[in-house]
Amino acid sequence: MQPRATRDPAWARWLLTAVALMFLLFFLVLPLAVVFSQALEKGVGHYLATIREPNALEAIKLTLLTVAIVVPANVAFGVAAAWAIAKFKFPGKSVLTTLIDLPFAVSPVIAGLIYVLVFGAHGWFGPWLIAHDLKVIFAVPGIVLATAFVTCPFVARELIPLMQAQGTDEESSAVTLGANGWQTFLRVTLPNIKWGLFYGVILCNARAMGEFGAVSVVSGHIRGVTNTMPLHVEILYNEYNIAGAFAVASLLALLALATLVLKSVVEWRQAGVP
Amino acid sequence: MSIEAHGIRKKFGAFTALDGVDLHVPQGKLVAVLGPSGSGKTTLLRIIAGLEFPDPGSGRILFHGDDVTDIPAGRRRVGFVFQHYALFRHMSVLENVAFGLRVRRRRDRPAPPAILERAHRLLELVQLDGLAGRFPSQLSGGQRQRVALARALAVEPKVLLLDEPFGALDARVRKELRRWLRRFHDDIQLTTIFVTHDQEEALEIADEVVIMNQGRVEQVGTPQQVYDNPSTPFVYQFLGNVNVLRAPALATALRPGGVAAATQEGLIYVRPHDIELAPHDAGGPGLSAIVRHLHAAGPHARLLLEQVQTREQVEVEVSRSELSGLNLKVNDLVRMRVRQVRSFAEDFAI
Repeated sequence: MQPRATRDPAWARWLLTAVALMFLLFFLVLPLAVVFSQALEKGVGHYLATIREPNALEAIKLTLLTVAIVVPANVAFGVAAAWAIAKFKFPGKSVLTTLIDLPFAVSPVIAGLIYVLVFGAHGWFGPWLIAHDLKVIFAVPGIVLATAFVTCPFVARELIPLMQAQGTDEESSAVTLGANGWQTFLRVTLPNIKWGLFYGVILCNARAMGEFGAVSVVSGHIRGVTNTMPLHVEILYNEYNIAGAFAVASLLALLALATLVLKSVVEWRQAGVP
Repeated sequence: MSIEAHGIRKKFGAFTALDGVDLHVPQGKLVAVLGPSGSGKTTLLRIIAGLEFPDPGSGRILFHGDDVTDIPAGRRRVGFVFQHYALFRHMSVLENVAFGLRVRRRRDRPAPPAILERAHRLLELVQLDGLAGRFPSQLSGGQRQRVALARALAVEPKVLLLDEPFGALDARVRKELRRWLRRFHDDIQLTTIFVTHDQEEALEIADEVVIMNQGRVEQVGTPQQVYDNPSTPFVYQFLGNVNVLRAPALATALRPGGVAAATQEGLIYVRPHDIELAPHDAGGPGLSAIVRHLHAAGPHARLLLEQVQTREQVEVEVSRSELSGLNLKVNDLVRMRVRQVRSFAEDFAI
């Protein structure tokens, strides 16, 4: 029970709760409900047909492929960067810390443009890439690069404060007990950060699946080839295939919901761990 | 195994943590490195362990005469106990103790059942076998400390290094645990260095005390030597209460036959229990002082006196019976004499 002095009057508590709930209802629950109702508007048969349509299947495959490359790459980068920043002193540490945040500060569209300027036909490496018959822009590599750029802070950001709070004493004692660097990481550091890492992976995964702006710039919107799920939704929508657009969108929404459930489970586990 | 350090220097940026430290710890001794925070004692301990390295070209660390300066921590066979225990929080107590054996190379590693048996035996040694399945967060501070000790002993170290081993414990547990450590050391006879800022702790259990200040060793000796014959004003002040007085005032206060070490201009150091009190009209040598404060709880009475001539404040400790014989009250006049003083040239001043 809270002390009386810091307790708000009943009407204030009810009002604040009501405002928050109304907000949630209008801005989160309602749109989600609309997505699913619109998706199923023309019946389950049409819904399944839209999803089974080859271009839609290709978009789903491409999104999953991107996630399968980007998330592990970001886990490797994030853990390495967080480990370096939290456990060691080195020149340029603050620069690295700032750089990790850069993708959060830059608009995704600009992130996409950067890759066009670097790897596009008229970009720095454009002629060289064309000469060697390699395609980055308007192809899968560009999509992966743009997604990786946008999602790169998630894992590192999650781990740095956690690892800083844990300090280096446990690692030091592992070292005095004869553990080598790899054993120290696997047996001491990793178990201590596993829930934070998992949380970072979930967030990174959600963003990688949903990324629109950066991917839109580099993809070229070639149907069945360089369309990810969010881009496919846009195309269907622009063609007035509302039910189709919402059907694919509902898949993304389902993935998001699954991610949220996982996230709550992880948070609950994290709270339970000493 | 003996430990030697020669001319160790260590800078962290502009801060000099160690400024040419020499240390010799004989085989099987329990040595306390004592100093205020920032004196470099923990850095010295970490350098001995191999967790830090001395500045390039500055000094050597020898174990049993062998140079180990360039050998990494993992191969020095050092048991290190951290101030905040640094137990592996995701492992049970038993697994914490077993860790050092589990990470050994395959050909040196005992079979899993043998590892567990060893870990259990070490937990018995520190009287914690009943808690093998617990996690560190479920233990009290004193229990965690002993787990950390068992874990350090599991790798059969040749030396044991303890960083503020009792620093994070409450006063009663601390007292118990340090006596336990002394007995434990007598049983296992392992060369041990422990770092502390608590002079009482160091003087009570160490065979030898190394007193450090500002990155240098001030004095080395047995507890009695350093307490009775402090070699610098710092040591004198650091080991117990002391009054620092200007000399001329006290020159007349020396008891006949007392230690006449006072010089005309040097500072004089007097411990509160080295001053005796007499009735003001007693005559003979001594100085007049006014009783400003009287604190008689506990085994000894503590008085704060103000010297009449110089208005210097002097802390005095006398037995309760001596005090009741004098029948003193606040603002009474009293005569004080000094049993033992020690003076240092003024430029030694702290």
